[in-house]
Amino acid sequence: MTETDPIPLSALQHWAYCPRQCGLIHLEQAFADNIHTARGQAVHRLVDTPGYEMQAGVKVERALPLWCDRLGLIGKADLVEFHPDGRIFPVEFKHGRRRQKHHDDVQLAAQALCLEEMLGRPVTHGAIYHASSRRRREVAITSELRRLVQETTDAIRVMLTSGRLPPPVNDARCRECSLNEICEPAALAAKDIQAELRAELFRTTDPS
Amino acid sequence: MYSLQNTLYVMTPNAYAHLENNTVRIDVEREKRLQVPLHHVGSLVCFGNVMVSPALMHRLADEGKSLVLLETSGRFKARLEGPISGNILLRQAQHRSAGDRGFALELARAIIAGKLKNSRALLVRAARETPDSTEQAALTRTADNLAASLRAAAVATDLDALRGVEGEAARGYFGSLNSVVKPQARAHFALNGRTRRPPLDRFNALLSFLYSMLMNDCRSALETVGLDPQLGFLHAVRPGRAALALDLQEEFRSILADRLALTLINRSQLGPGDFDQREGGVVMLNDRGRRTVITAWQERKQEEITHPLLGMKLPIGVVPFVQARLMARTVRGEMTGYLPYLPK
Repeated sequence: MTETDPIPLSALQHWAYCPRQCGLIHLEQAFADNIHTARGQAVHRLVDTPGYEMQAGVKVERALPLWCDRLGLIGKADLVEFHPDGRIFPVEFKHGRRRQKHHDDVQLAAQALCLEEMLGRPVTHGAIYHASSRRRREVAITSELRRLVQETTDAIRVMLTSGRLPPPVNDARCRECSLNEICEPAALAAKDIQAELRAELFRTTDPS
Repeated sequence: MYSLQNTLYVMTPNAYAHLENNTVRIDVEREKRLQVPLHHVGSLVCFGNVMVSPALMHRLADEGKSLVLLETSGRFKARLEGPISGNILLRQAQHRSAGDRGFALELARAIIAGKLKNSRALLVRAARETPDSTEQAALTRTADNLAASLRAAAVATDLDALRGVEGEAARGYFGSLNSVVKPQARAHFALNGRTRRPPLDRFNALLSFLYSMLMNDCRSALETVGLDPQLGFLHAVRPGRAALALDLQEEFRSILADRLALTLINRSQLGPGDFDQREGGVVMLNDRGRRTVITAWQERKQEEITHPLLGMKLPIGVVPFVQARLMARTVRGEMTGYLPYLPK
């Protein structure tokens, strides 16, 4: 990937969750499914068909292609509502129950920034839709979130340009991560076990 | 977590593998023989003249599941490659490190250490189990020689020296394997050293077939993690040779192939009727023998082991994938040296 290649919006969410996960997917081209990604795909089947419809005066675009030249971003919004009063409102679909997850918010804010550049109008709010609880959580696109989008994009670009994979985090995040087997966070962190095994490699220990 | 998805081996000539809804269906002469959900299938391996529908090929490619075509003998023929084929950064690193003599030597050394220790463990166990004291002494002597080879491997100053140590050790090891065969099976399964191109006795025919299966799995494992299977560290690069798959295979030969061969012989699961001898002396497994071996191979791969570095239980068939990943981590500088798999 060269510096001018746009960064996929999904990378921002991956990075916000775990920089190494982002590196594994976008540098190492790794992908693995687990129960969480399978649920995510099931949720997205609802919104992956491009098109639009009108609901009570609100025009709803599904799977809308997005980009932002200023930040060098490209991607897709699950759903964007265009209200009669001019409000533009992106909605990101997530499986699971309603929860506060800042990596979801970064992704949503990045979508808002794309929409602003594409349409030349401000996007002040969006929402995360949680499929299990069927609840929306409204998110204000604050200046803090906007800054976070910029910082995250910069950090990802540095990683992609350097070609270096961030180190494993080896914490609670790893348990839910579909890339756990590819990442091997525990094995890589276990330097003492590695050293022990290395020391044993040329020794024969059993009585012979 | 780590689960070993099934490899579906299709061996019946003229079988037709196709997609039906979300299942793989195998027909022979227009009759349904097998139908399995696609999500249970990790890869599809076809021996000889097996037909595969384009729809099934597309789905396998989409889902990153491999489709491998083998000759009836188990020799590699072709593989379907999906949109994600390898990892260019990893391959660059691999090419750089293969050109780095110091790095290549240390990786090759670790591979040989794994092979020697695992071969030796088989002989030590056999020596413990044999009732014949002469044979026990002979097996112990070979095991001691392998320990000496291991010490020599630790200080070998270049790849040629290391290969020399390995060749010498292999001769001694194969020379001893006959004593691991139960006396009553020896009439049919004499092994006088390793003959492979072509195999000239039943034991060698069996080993060759198992090594082909192992090699296919190692190659798949390397391709899954994005390494270039053709560029090896211990095995020199030669056109058409999957040198890195041969490297990765070394540590598994005795654990997965040799032990299984001995079990099949010693438990009389294979007999002379499972082999055909061709004019001139070449011996090959016949169709019935291949089926027995493949079934045992699949069962063996499901057996659970504890990986010393990961510290968790996994089916042994997953271990080549784990080891390929450790190799990739070593090449990418995330680990300071490769660690072969040594069962506890």
